Amino acid sequence: MARRSTGGDISYRLVLGALAGVALLILVVPVLVVLITSFTDSRSLRFPPPALSLRWYRSLFDPVQSAQIHTAVWNSLVIAFSATAIAVTLGTAAALGIAGRRAWWAQTLDGLFMSPLVLPTLAFGLAALMFFSTLGFPLSIPLMILGHVAVIVPFVLRTTIASLSQLDRGLLDTSASLGAGAFYTFRRVTLPIIRPGILAGAFIAFMASLDNVSVSLFLAGPENDVLPIRMWSMLESTLDVRTAAVSGVLIFSTALLVVVMDRIVGLTRRIS
Amino acid sequence: MDRAVQQGDPAIAERRAVAPREREGLLTLPLALFFLLFFLAPLGLLAGISLRVTPQFAGWGPQQYAKFAGDAFNWSVLGQTLLLGVKTVVVTACIGVPLGLLFMEAPRRLQPALLFIIVLPLLTSVVVRTFAWIVILGREGLLNNVLMGLGVVTTPIRLLGTELGLVIALSQIEMPLMLLPLISVMSRLDPNLKDASAALGAGRWRTLFRVTLPLSLPGLVAGCLLVFASSVTAFVSQTIIGGGRMVLMPFYIWQQATTLFNWPFAATLSMVLLVSVLAVVTTLNALGRRTRALAAG
Repeated sequence: MARRSTGGDISYRLVLGALAGVALLILVVPVLVVLITSFTDSRSLRFPPPALSLRWYRSLFDPVQSAQIHTAVWNSLVIAFSATAIAVTLGTAAALGIAGRRAWWAQTLDGLFMSPLVLPTLAFGLAALMFFSTLGFPLSIPLMILGHVAVIVPFVLRTTIASLSQLDRGLLDTSASLGAGAFYTFRRVTLPIIRPGILAGAFIAFMASLDNVSVSLFLAGPENDVLPIRMWSMLESTLDVRTAAVSGVLIFSTALLVVVMDRIVGLTRRIS
Repeated sequence: MDRAVQQGDPAIAERRAVAPREREGLLTLPLALFFLLFFLAPLGLLAGISLRVTPQFAGWGPQQYAKFAGDAFNWSVLGQTLLLGVKTVVVTACIGVPLGLLFMEAPRRLQPALLFIIVLPLLTSVVVRTFAWIVILGREGLLNNVLMGLGVVTTPIRLLGTELGLVIALSQIEMPLMLLPLISVMSRLDPNLKDASAALGAGRWRTLFRVTLPLSLPGLVAGCLLVFASSVTAFVSQTIIGGGRMVLMPFYIWQQATTLFNWPFAATLSMVLLVSVLAVVTTLNALGRRTRALAAG
């Protein structure tokens, strides 16, 4: 039975094609616009730029002019690395305990650990500020790391649980019956299989920490400034064109990181 | 996981699970402890502070909540914030679902490239994304240039500082949160279902609304949840693209806490936002469970 090509078919293609096209445009154009703007010669954000130059990149890399930005970048990296390391350790352990369990406590914990994804984290940021000040701790980088861990753990947990659900439990039994201890089995059997999941989660968690505003907004101070907050105030007050250059650097380094991650995760997948 | 249990003999699965699985449960302890100390305790304190009577932390009582409820301004801020979330969800769903369908129908070799485009916003910092929209939506921005070039408008239209501009920007910023769950559910659908529907004489619209969409609902609901929660709390985009004209909950909370140092009222605002978002999320979740049960049965 041949399907008739009706008016409905044509309108389906037209309408959905157009909407998907709009979606693609909305996703791609902003990134291109930022990249092009970052090479502007002008002091304004006019688009397209009247002339191209590297002046904003030069200004951004100038150690004196942009000292504040450099400190913020350094702090952001320190916080993102530490928070990711803690989140991966705690998250992977918790994923091993939760994955595949139907017990009420496992479901409850899963809901709790995932809740930062669907709660307004800004409320948590304020709560963390009140908590640490009530305890009498001055705002500092370690506190910021603790605050970030809670909001980035869900990313590690989600991908690790997903990869654990593909793990054949028979393999673990085989390993145990061959005399391997629990830790040895974890290191030689479980870990190689779930490593891509952990790494993917760690990558997203790292990006989320680097990009976090809702928690940093309350926990960042003059002593522990971070990049998103610094950029936000640059945009808020003066529409500083250096933000375009920072954006350009961020886009390039993330693209590089994605390629590297793809190599690593792809590589481990091939080995396992 | 469920499927494996259903397929295998339950008795064997049970026996296999006993000894090492019991101990593995203890591995959740460190994270549970961490959440208790650094997530639940702060939120508990937040709830406590919201019950303080004065900004100087004197007395206990629901006065801050009464203050919130007594002023129409507060309700309008809350309403506008939640409405912004709803509008963003609607726009992202309307253009996200077609993009998801396009992704599923695209040739295999094109899919990685499409997926990269879809996650692109996740890979660029939220400030970068917001910055991009300032350039696009500004008076001399890309959009106004294009519209005036096409002769659609004669004078630049104002988009920065308006809710329309904010919704457009947020729909890009939040799009991956909609598409990733949607695509993961759509890719598990049996492609034969669509052919079967066509063979039975249904047109493509009918197949979309009667077969594909109902079966993708769990992914769509998950996507809507994430987009809603994220756009409601998107401080940077709200303050920079929304501008000073629109007061939304995140800015209101931030202002009360850090410029006016009224912690009890800031805590109250946070609790109100938290509870409202939680209510929306729970409702949507229940809806999602219902549809999942429908799809399974």
